[in-house]
Amino acid sequence: MSTPAPAFSLSRTPLDGLHRRLGARMVPFAGYEMPLQYASGIVAEHLHTRAKAGLFDISHMGQAILAGAGAARLLETLCPADILGLEAESSRYTQLLNESGGILDDLIVTRLPGRDERLFLIVNAATKADDFALLAQKAPGLSLNVQKNRAMLALQGPHAVDALSALLPGVEELSFMAWGAFDYEGSAFFVTRSGYTGEDGFEISLPAEKAEGFASRLLENSDVAPVGLGARDSLRLEAGLCLYGHDLDAGVDPVEAGLNFSIAKRRRLEGGFPGFERIRTALESGPARKRVGLLPQGKAPVREGAAIVDANGAEVGHVTSGGFSPTLSRPIAMGYVERRFAAPGTTLGADLRGKRVELVVAELPFVPHRYVHHRKDQ
Amino acid sequence: MADIRFTTDHEYVRVDGETGIVGVTDYAQSQLGDIVFIELPEIGKRIAKGEQLATVESVKAASELFSPVSGEVVEVNAILEDNPAKVNEDPLGAGWFVKLRLVDESELSGLMDEAAYEAHVRSL
Repeated sequence: MSTPAPAFSLSRTPLDGLHRRLGARMVPFAGYEMPLQYASGIVAEHLHTRAKAGLFDISHMGQAILAGAGAARLLETLCPADILGLEAESSRYTQLLNESGGILDDLIVTRLPGRDERLFLIVNAATKADDFALLAQKAPGLSLNVQKNRAMLALQGPHAVDALSALLPGVEELSFMAWGAFDYEGSAFFVTRSGYTGEDGFEISLPAEKAEGFASRLLENSDVAPVGLGARDSLRLEAGLCLYGHDLDAGVDPVEAGLNFSIAKRRRLEGGFPGFERIRTALESGPARKRVGLLPQGKAPVREGAAIVDANGAEVGHVTSGGFSPTLSRPIAMGYVERRFAAPGTTLGADLRGKRVELVVAELPFVPHRYVHHRKDQ
Repeated sequence: MADIRFTTDHEYVRVDGETGIVGVTDYAQSQLGDIVFIELPEIGKRIAKGEQLATVESVKAASELFSPVSGEVVEVNAILEDNPAKVNEDPLGAGWFVKLRLVDESELSGLMDEAAYEAHVRSL
């Protein structure tokens, strides 16, 4: 057992002081000092989010506005999503791809209201510098305005809507993946009904100087508890959601990753995004390997990096995320396996400290999503 | 009364005659976080001081427990199979890991007593 040395070169989010006052254990993550957990611990924070509402600091993530005529068309040259067809105040999940169709990052794109073409991008912390450099290079005629002075919070769980609408009336009217701007003490807060837990919830972009005050107001609500990166990871794994750098990387394409829902029909026909040939082939004839859910039999978690073997002991894949599910009280994992082993119910194995553990391929998500979809008003 | 000794790595051995009960300290359990699985050694296994005695899986990661002393495993804490969180609740009591038959009493003199260990934790 050892304690990591303090890393003075790490960035801090606008909520750093609040985390420390709340008793967070801070750890380095993607160049930031971030809360791993607070005093109650990962399991309690996880279960609280599923039962009530968890408040997450996600200010380390990258926020930028890509603006100018042709912004949507430009982004379509990098992503397989339908960005041209994205309605104002709607958000979409997509991926930045490399020339072979590998995933450089996954991101949320929102079409902002107004006549000017403006796209709000939310990207991963570890990749934001590369993403923004790529966009700046590919879009010399557009403006890329990185929102360095904005923080970001996520409020997730069945009570999130009540807690947030008490401070920002109107957020309850948003449907899953819808965006709205709300005034709070004279500042513009951008709210999307989205998240990374599988629960109903919101992601809130707000001015950095408002972050601590607003987070504190939310925490005054007894239903809201602060939640760290530890539970953020266990929640997203139960929800079957990918973590970039683990379940997704530059060697994985979106079809292998099971992200077909995010590849627009029009784009499948027209192409015009990096790696189109590989992705079209994978869509038509199936990918060589697939991301699957895995249920380790027994009580021991099987962790990232473990080789997955078939009945004969031949390697057929590897685990990309693995841990313990507080909701199901059992180990769960995700990984990539050759397609012929990807059917739910298939029994595979992994070596765990010299012993063989059975892994049964399972449907994702492990815990059902509870997103809120309002009726679409036409 | 039994004598309890500690390592700088936050393991303890509670010595009673020829037997030593091994576990982790309160500081260790708080650093590990919620413990979800513990792999314990087979009874009868001989373990040298510093050798791996158990694997502790928290929600977040797997950690290894190294034996503070040499000995033969005579009992493992069966409660931990169904309730590994016992280590979080009561690390120095019901959350013990294994009982060893000690083979080298002189090893104990290299370990810290309670006062020295408490000073060590305060220094971290």
